[in-house]
Amino acid sequence: MSTGVMDKSLELELDDSMFELVPKEQKKLNEMVRPSMSYWQDVWRRLKKNKLAMFGLIVVILMTVIAILGPMFSKYNYFANDFTIANQRPSLEHWFGTDQFGRDIFVRILYGARISLIVGYAAAFISFVIGTLYGSISGYVGGVVDNIMMRIVDILLSIPMMIYVILLMVVIEAGLKSIIIALAITQWLGMARIVRGQIMQLKNQEFVLAAKTLGASRNRILLRHLVPNSMGPIIVTLTLAVPSAIFTEAFLSFIGLGISAPKASWGTLVSEAQQLYMIYPYQLFFPAIAICITILAFNLLGDGLRDALDPKMRR
Amino acid sequence: MDNLLEICNLQTSFFTYVGEVQAVRNISIDLRVGEAIGIVGESGSGKSITMMSLMKLLDDNGKIKNGKLLFNGSDLLGVSEKGMQRIRGNEIGMIFQDPMTCLNPVFTIGNQLMEPIIKHKKVSKQEAFKRAIHMLSLVGIPSPEERMKQYPHEFSGGMRQRVMIAMALSCDPKLLIADEPTTALDVTIQAQILELMKDLREKLGTSIILITHDLGVVADVCSRINVMYGGTIVETGTTRDIFYKSKHPYTWGLLRSVPNPKTLVKERLIPIDGTPPDLIKPPLGCPFAPRCDYAMKVCMTKRPLLFEIEGQHKSACWLNHPKAPKVESPLVRRDS
Amino acid sequence: MQNNENFIEIKNLKKWFPVKKKLFGGHRSFVKAVDDMSFSINKGETLGLVGESGCGKTTTGRTIIKLYEPTGGNIIYNGEDISRLTSRHMLPYRRKMQMIFQDPYASLNARMTVGDIIGEAIDIHNLAKGKERLERIQYLLRRVGLNSEHANRYPHEFSGGQRQRVGIARALAVEPEFIVCDEPISALDVSIQAQVVNMLEDLQEDLGLTYLFIAHDLSMVKHISDRIGVMYLGKMVEIAESNELYIHPVHPYTQALLSAIPIPDPDEAAASQRIVLEGDIPSPIDPPPGCRFKNRCRFTKPICSEEEPELKDVGGGHLAACHLL
Repeated sequence: MSTGVMDKSLELELDDSMFELVPKEQKKLNEMVRPSMSYWQDVWRRLKKNKLAMFGLIVVILMTVIAILGPMFSKYNYFANDFTIANQRPSLEHWFGTDQFGRDIFVRILYGARISLIVGYAAAFISFVIGTLYGSISGYVGGVVDNIMMRIVDILLSIPMMIYVILLMVVIEAGLKSIIIALAITQWLGMARIVRGQIMQLKNQEFVLAAKTLGASRNRILLRHLVPNSMGPIIVTLTLAVPSAIFTEAFLSFIGLGISAPKASWGTLVSEAQQLYMIYPYQLFFPAIAICITILAFNLLGDGLRDALDPKMRR
Repeated sequence: MDNLLEICNLQTSFFTYVGEVQAVRNISIDLRVGEAIGIVGESGSGKSITMMSLMKLLDDNGKIKNGKLLFNGSDLLGVSEKGMQRIRGNEIGMIFQDPMTCLNPVFTIGNQLMEPIIKHKKVSKQEAFKRAIHMLSLVGIPSPEERMKQYPHEFSGGMRQRVMIAMALSCDPKLLIADEPTTALDVTIQAQILELMKDLREKLGTSIILITHDLGVVADVCSRINVMYGGTIVETGTTRDIFYKSKHPYTWGLLRSVPNPKTLVKERLIPIDGTPPDLIKPPLGCPFAPRCDYAMKVCMTKRPLLFEIEGQHKSACWLNHPKAPKVESPLVRRDS
Repeated sequence: MQNNENFIEIKNLKKWFPVKKKLFGGHRSFVKAVDDMSFSINKGETLGLVGESGCGKTTTGRTIIKLYEPTGGNIIYNGEDISRLTSRHMLPYRRKMQMIFQDPYASLNARMTVGDIIGEAIDIHNLAKGKERLERIQYLLRRVGLNSEHANRYPHEFSGGQRQRVGIARALAVEPEFIVCDEPISALDVSIQAQVVNMLEDLQEDLGLTYLFIAHDLSMVKHISDRIGVMYLGKMVEIAESNELYIHPVHPYTQALLSAIPIPDPDEAAASQRIVLEGDIPSPIDPPPGCRFKNRCRFTKPICSEEEPELKDVGGGHLAACHLL
């Protein structure tokens, strides 16, 4: 851009008519240039860019679909014993081979998927409902009430989960029910803390004060203002709670405190396979891989969500 | 007096998911040794981005598309990152708006003050310590030896800004860039800081670039002013030129929307209608044209040239073309 | 009690925040954000409230509308003492008193559309439903100079100035009489500030509103206010009609404050003598006895350390609290 010295061509273009006044257009002054995008659309756009997270998402969806529908398509079931085909290597007939009782391992893994995902999603759901309720009340009310409520959480957290499982086994026999109850008791604690932290951070923000000034009730403030604005960390915590629950269930089943045979949890499969894994490594390999991939997928998705939901990283 | 700094035809853009945001669109600024100039503009004008471009501290998605950044003779665009690190803090000091976020809360002030001195001047710790104490007293912090051991949160806002100034000047830079240094401070503290800056310029001969949206602040501290709008410089000149002899409708608009406390009769403020342009779709012609009361056909289609008014006073407005209608400035010279 | 005078009366208002001390030993400390303030606001006027950080002006505003419960003192709104009302009984007053907040980014719920934000005000007080509700929202948007078609957009799609207008529309939705404006323009660009201030003035004239305008930009406060009160560390140190305050500031703090305003005029700036206050603003936790300004005052006398000065009339309703008088 030159300073004051114009070239001939420009001078020629500037005839007198160019210097007529033009009235201001009032309407154009408030135009919006950029396309409308809600918060969640923006989150989705950012998530899509993260290849690993999308991989995790696809695997999670795939796994869920397979867990629901898979076993229906297989001609095998998970409990029939047939010693004639015991301990067979993977083949076209049995994609993952058979175990010591002649049961098709692939089908058993599919059923295991069902169990793992039921446990994972149930634990996440329970932790969401109870944790959010507890945490938001504690955070919002504050003061002595908050102090007491959080100390209760601290106490419950300090008791290892194994104790709950063992205590529960006295009342209910070891199985899916006791695992889910034990997980329910422990999973919501972490969520409660997170939600409480969020609520405490948000409750003094001006938009909450504005709602109070309008006369909004406590419930309205919690449900319409505080919780929706906390969804980011809540969703991330939920997504990461699932693999934690899955692993815990697998572990408990592995040591015999969870689902017992012939029901097929991945943990039980690993447990059964460990005796003979030197001779039949595939029996251990497939359930172990199943556990790893599932947990990895949820973790990748959770990490990706955490980045996508982070308001500071918005470009 | 030579030019310490010459920014020529700088163009900087940010590449975002919605497109290219042309934050700085061809601006040129010069600064002499020992001079204090101001860059005045509102948010989105590009004033901060200009300085970040100069220091080569842009975000990952920002890029200097064109231009020359001549500092002390050499073009900073050609300098490597390592070279820039030797310049930042050493030859060019910078202070920002919020001192709390610029100071590291886990290190003592003494530690943070001494770090650039040791790094750039390569002196011993004792030497650095002495120099740090000297800087703290220079910026008016009492009992500097004790304060060296304290942490940022133990200082008040005004004190922290003084510490920032001390840090920025500790290596005796030739240029101090102050980006909205007093916006976050209370009025009485702001007065202290501005007096300090004027004082230091006299004592140390440092050149200052003061970036702000507050016209009162530049009137006090700066001898020349650049007014920015929509990523361009719309007017530049001495302080008196800009305040009393302005030849650009945006400057008129700015001056009219600030109330004068000296008037006794309540006058209605005359705001500038509308909002600044979105630089994703930068306007073809003058960026201010949609909001301008005096816009002409040429303004909508062609970007105005920087017309020379008198000496250093230049205005990027088609009203200054010989063929344009004569327009009187609507401002009345304020008399106390 | 329909009086123009004393529409809102504040008597000996106190708001103290406890500071958490060690579990054992030591007395309880308080941040005395508002400490024995008494003043009144007339109907239809704009009372400006100025002061620097920590002076308690924001706390005063919030306590008056009962966002905070007062620690002591009385708030008398149109003859009714609302200081001790519970939240249920405060609901009708929530329609009469409203607030506009400082930060245009934090004062709107990012997850709600602008239409819902304004609509919430209507919903809480059951002012309209269905089609009428929608029409009201659109009307309010237009009233504050926004495009009513943008009701479905989210706050982040608007600029700072526009968001502030949404905040104003929200406050207007309940048809208030009194609005506390807590630094409503500090976060905005200069040219936008003028737009918003003009709009506030127009609304005041059209709707007969009363404003408490809290700010630290003294030039803007003088422009919009009829009377101005100056606060320092929780106390009102001077209060007078706007012009009077600027021409004849009596309290040393007010004098220093006024001289510190940067003047957008180079010749005047060079000619003016600035009173530069030494030291920093002290903390409002457990202030020392006597006048709170004595540590930074140029004119201290022995009595300033012993007794707190009372607000005295120096002529024509101009009050100041200083022992020099």
